[in-house]
Amino acid sequence: MHELGIVFYIIKDVKQAALDNGVEHVNAVVMNIGEVSTVIPDYLRDCWRWAADKEDVLRRAELKCNILPAVTFCEDCQREYETVKYGKTCPHCGSEHTYLVRGNEVEIKEIEV
Amino acid sequence: MDPVRVIEIKKSVFADNELDANNLRNELKTKGVYLLNLMSSPGSGKTTTLIRTIGLLKDKIRMAVMEADIDSDVDAVKIKEATGIQSIQLHTGGMCHLDAEMTRQGLDNVSLDQLDLVILENVGNLVCPAEFDTGAVSSAMILSVPEGHDKPLKYPLMFSVCDVVVVNKMDVLPYFDFDLEKCKAYVHMRNPKATVIPICAKTGEGVEVFAQWLLDEVTKWKQQ
Repeated sequence: MHELGIVFYIIKDVKQAALDNGVEHVNAVVMNIGEVSTVIPDYLRDCWRWAADKEDVLRRAELKCNILPAVTFCEDCQREYETVKYGKTCPHCGSEHTYLVRGNEVEIKEIEV
Repeated sequence: MDPVRVIEIKKSVFADNELDANNLRNELKTKGVYLLNLMSSPGSGKTTTLIRTIGLLKDKIRMAVMEADIDSDVDAVKIKEATGIQSIQLHTGGMCHLDAEMTRQGLDNVSLDQLDLVILENVGNLVCPAEFDTGAVSSAMILSVPEGHDKPLKYPLMFSVCDVVVVNKMDVLPYFDFDLEKCKAYVHMRNPKATVIPICAKTGEGVEVFAQWLLDEVTKWKQQ
């Protein structure tokens, strides 16, 4: 739902990176998107297409999304598990004293020029 | 064809907003102004709750309201007419949330030097506003009885970023399968430190508890 807002942030950062590196045109932007970041890659790409084509430096540039798996850590048994499959409850010991280690990322990894 | 060159960036898209938000909080600290970010679904009773809260606080502290919506100014007008305090409308231009930059633009339009408290009524939405730090000192959300007690399970991020969860429309409790104790347990699963305050904005019941919490917060912020 907030993919368009995120696209505006990406565009701002990528334009700045292009300027800093003396790049005239960006061919692709590679994103790292965590599995539980609440960002939906398909929507992100749709919003990207609409907004990026309005910018000379980004016209026709592709948005590539790497999906990073989400991992949760259990404080009681000190083990990690897959967040999407088991949620907040540790499948090893049943504890709810758990926290997300990774999987929440919305990050610009690199640009291809 | 030119070989492809890769420029590594490795930067969270929220990094700029977080920096803006922290700068804004520091400025507010210097000025002694407390900013509350108030969030909820559409129709949970944010504006009515605000009018009640303002009624209890406006003689004690100097306050203003910033209403954020995608369009229209009905809320800002309603607050101004009902309470007489300074109330401005922000339009997000289609965006589903406010970020720190938009909040700053709003604050530029209220007389900050003559205020103790600014309440930002965020866009009615339980998803996106939770994702973007507005620069507020604290966040509160309103959940209304008809929405159901399971919302903390469905919108985990919203409930984990809020310091206070106000449960509104307690007067209609007999007509809904809303379980306040379950609601509290679910909220605490997401955020053990959150305070849950049941109110009825229509009758005013319980609103004094929320108003007192806010008053204590503002006093602490100005003393620290």
